[in-house]
Amino acid sequence: MRYLPLTPEDRTEMLARIGVPAVDALFADIPADKLLAELPDLPRRKGELEVERALSRLAARNVPAGSVPFFVGAGAYRHHVPASVDHLIQRSEFLTSYTPYQPEIAQGTLQYLFEFQTQVAELTGMEVANASMYDGSTAAAEAVLMAHRVTKRGKAVLAGNLHPHYAQTIATVSHYAEVPLLRLAPHPSEPDDILATIDESVSCVVVQSPDVFGNLVDLKPIAEKAHAAGALLIAVFTEAVSLGLVEPPGAQGADIVVGEGQSIGNPLTFGGPYVGLFATRAKFVRQMPGRLAGETVDAEGRRGFVLTLSTREQHIRREKATSNICTNSGLCALAFTIHLSLLGEAGLTRLARINHAAACDLADRLAALDGVAVLNESFFNEFTIRVAGNAADVVEKLAARGILGGVPYSRLAPDAGLDDLILVAATETSTDEDRAAYAAALKEVLA
Amino acid sequence: MSDVRYTRDHEYVRLDGDVAVIGISDYAQSQLGDVVFVELPAIGKVVKQSQEAAVVESVKAASEVYAPVSGEVIAVNEALEAAPDTVNADPEGAGWFVKLKLSNPAELDELMDAAAYAAFIKTQA
Amino acid sequence: MNREGRGATAPQSASETGPATFTGNRALDLEEGLLFEIGRQEVTGVDLDEPAAFAPRLGGLERKAPLGLPGLSEPEAMRHYVRLSRMNYGIDSGLFPLGSCTMKHNPRLNERMARLAGFADIHPLQPVSTVQGALGLMKELSRYLLTLTGMDAVALPPKAGAHGELCGMMAIKAAHEANGRKPTIVVVPESAHGTNPATAALLGYQVKSIPARADGTVDVEEVKKALSPDVAAIMLTNPNTCGLFEPDVVAIAQAVHAVGAYFYADGANFNAILGKVRVGDLGVDAMHINLHKTFSTPHGGGGPGAGPVVLSKALAPFAPAPALVADGDSLRLVEQQGQAGAAQALGRMSAFHGQMGMFVRALSWMLSHGADGMRQAAEDAVLSANYIRASLQDVMSAPFATRPAMHEALFDDSWLEGTGLSTLDVAKALIDEGYHPMTVYFPLVVHGAMLIEPTESESKASLDLFIATLRDLAMAAKAGEKERFLGAPHYAPRRRLDETRAARAPVLRWVKPQAVAEAAE
Repeated sequence: MRYLPLTPEDRTEMLARIGVPAVDALFADIPADKLLAELPDLPRRKGELEVERALSRLAARNVPAGSVPFFVGAGAYRHHVPASVDHLIQRSEFLTSYTPYQPEIAQGTLQYLFEFQTQVAELTGMEVANASMYDGSTAAAEAVLMAHRVTKRGKAVLAGNLHPHYAQTIATVSHYAEVPLLRLAPHPSEPDDILATIDESVSCVVVQSPDVFGNLVDLKPIAEKAHAAGALLIAVFTEAVSLGLVEPPGAQGADIVVGEGQSIGNPLTFGGPYVGLFATRAKFVRQMPGRLAGETVDAEGRRGFVLTLSTREQHIRREKATSNICTNSGLCALAFTIHLSLLGEAGLTRLARINHAAACDLADRLAALDGVAVLNESFFNEFTIRVAGNAADVVEKLAARGILGGVPYSRLAPDAGLDDLILVAATETSTDEDRAAYAAALKEVLA
Repeated sequence: MSDVRYTRDHEYVRLDGDVAVIGISDYAQSQLGDVVFVELPAIGKVVKQSQEAAVVESVKAASEVYAPVSGEVIAVNEALEAAPDTVNADPEGAGWFVKLKLSNPAELDELMDAAAYAAFIKTQA
Repeated sequence: MNREGRGATAPQSASETGPATFTGNRALDLEEGLLFEIGRQEVTGVDLDEPAAFAPRLGGLERKAPLGLPGLSEPEAMRHYVRLSRMNYGIDSGLFPLGSCTMKHNPRLNERMARLAGFADIHPLQPVSTVQGALGLMKELSRYLLTLTGMDAVALPPKAGAHGELCGMMAIKAAHEANGRKPTIVVVPESAHGTNPATAALLGYQVKSIPARADGTVDVEEVKKALSPDVAAIMLTNPNTCGLFEPDVVAIAQAVHAVGAYFYADGANFNAILGKVRVGDLGVDAMHINLHKTFSTPHGGGGPGAGPVVLSKALAPFAPAPALVADGDSLRLVEQQGQAGAAQALGRMSAFHGQMGMFVRALSWMLSHGADGMRQAAEDAVLSANYIRASLQDVMSAPFATRPAMHEALFDDSWLEGTGLSTLDVAKALIDEGYHPMTVYFPLVVHGAMLIEPTESESKASLDLFIATLRDLAMAAKAGEKERFLGAPHYAPRRRLDETRAARAPVLRWVKPQAVAEAAE
């Protein structure tokens, strides 16, 4: 077998050194009646060519985003990632390394994590950021638990326009961790009533901007009300590129900022692996979950980096840890950092403008159709349309015409009674022709 | 320092009138290594004997500090926030953690005096 | 690769004898500044055209101030990150015997497969009719995992081992709730991985710790003493963190079930028993599988991982959303709690359907190995660990050596007594020898633990050189050659780092030097 270097002769010699007659003697602690003689239900080994054939056959049964006009978003966004990013993250020393517990031979990982933390802090307008979480939704759930620890209060309030998957992820953890939640109802185009829910029993309010319908939310009045009541504002985003153009949540008074970092540096990959961003104020750093890289010096006084404040983590504090998290999303964080350093502030700002322009163009084209209304007053690269008909059917009919036209809101929240809404995203990867084709196809479908 | 008493968890309590000054022993700080952070309770908190009163962290470990006696927290050593190394340098002096207003002085009798504690440490090696 | 160790005369180290350089570099050992020191705000490595004039619709929420993010041209970025990579040690660099982490070879075929456009460039929310191949892959992965574990159901969503553990324990809590019970205690052996008590505590359970026997395994009688109707579950790693298979596991499972509790198995060490025994046959109710360990999806410097959970018949109804359901010839996703096929689902673990990129890599690994190759991998991993233990136990101290090791060889620090050296010093000296150190100070039940997991990826020559190296270090330690240890590592990109300083006054991000000066004024 190509991955197994030991030869039969090696194995015989090794068994002799150990002093047992056969390898089965090493499995003697497994109850004999449970030991398997073979695995009859699985095939034998395959060469590279055969594996490649088998998996390529499966891959060919999917419609890649790049092969059609593509407008799907709702928490994951298709952006162009420079070729150098994928090359660099496949460097052996990044790809095949472990969590940097031996800092002297892991400075590469530790330094890029330090760079990542700085970039995330600057992007969100916050003071500190951690070395990444699993994804945006789990980062949001961890933020709620953190607010609970900081304020020592029970109740978290979730804005109605928070991505339903994020709300469900928070609800799952909160249910089992016994933290009460108040989830407001979605309101695609009306103003929020979240201010009325904030009082001194509330640990945090969780508000997404751009929200799941694409609306940009002014966080400042919410932050003010929350702070007056001693609660924290948790700001959520699912499209990191929006921060190239929109005022950072930190500048609007957020106490914890969490978001999905996939759209910088990482492919769609059917939902994962992605990279959760998590930033907060310096005074809360000891309550923050996740790994942290910190600067220090070595025995010769040279600058170096280590994992620090690790007493917050599970391997030290065990049942008193801030979170049970062990793995983060290192390689996706690296892709994020490389892509963002290639973009720089100038590139990110321009990329964001191109996205916004594409979405504005598409919104205008769709709004001009009979039976279509664009609900948003404001948006970044995603907006919501109300269609005359069932949104899920419309999206299916568009797919049949070779256009992936967005996400029916009912797929995210079937019980919300909002069956005629489609979330539509346009990034820099959409062309004029793509957007024209979408408008033409939607006109046909609705006719 | 004959008025200092010790617990088997290596906290000390020094009586100053009816105020109990609490910290960790010199032996405890030497076992912990470099102290990097001390988490102190809120003033006014009422703690019971053997309940968690503070947390002391070294690079590799976080340890609870249990109240040797019951009482109300009337002061905490805020200087430790900026200079946690004081716990290593002067654990039973400037490196104190918490001052309690004693609620049950009889609890002191259950604790070891310096000589008994010195003997106890020898059994821990 | 040097397969022999050093010759009769050791070559002199250039780094200690050569002159200082102007740059601080030493030929191929290159120093590298921070992105923020070499990048500039106006530079970009991505060519994008400014869009035609249009009316923005940002609702007055435009960004008003610069963010301060530096940019690099492509050549600068390549050089920066290539230089950083060279300060790292990976599996491809050499033996990486990190116990309980299973650092095995990462086949590049798996990387190529994960990058097929049909997997990498599909959106989790595009119509399911356009992703039947992806769902087919998930189904095939599930079939492999169920066949290998003998369990009834698998939940693919969890994003890593600890997340899988949370998912499995939530399923247990959900099952108790559905049965109208509210037990409060989770039993965890002292030797457990730190995530176990952290997970139990996160779910509001009290953790009851039970001691290990003198031989490093868990005594069913101790388990019975800890059990009561108030116990929700036991969390047991098997093979355990001392690298031993728990011989009483079947009796433990029976005792746990007898009080109405469930058996959670931590699957971190699944590699040792892959294809040799099915955990379903041992009475396990839930186990997470670290695809990044056993199935070699790369560790990537600490993630991303993937932690699918296999569930017994009793817990299968409590799997999280989304779930995969066959619908005639096609597959669909049940994405909501309460929809058909997800009657009592515990909820949603994360936004989408799990770590698809890792699923592709793991299935690629399994297809490559096949039933025969997977069994051989487990046997070789166990053989290599026992070979290391047998070859070193005369010079290092191996506790619990009365039992066969599984895939890890555990040593304690009693062989260092009187040398003035610690486990950490041995680890750092190994760095100078060109190895990644073993896991140190874990498990906690052994003093100064050194946990060595060679995996199945090492040739005998590689194992022999590693053994010879450790024997040489052991002799040196006993001969009082302290400087080889206390100053180590001498030859790494950095000497020992000051962790106390990092923790006392944390510096967690770069700050513009000018801003530092202003703040001080």
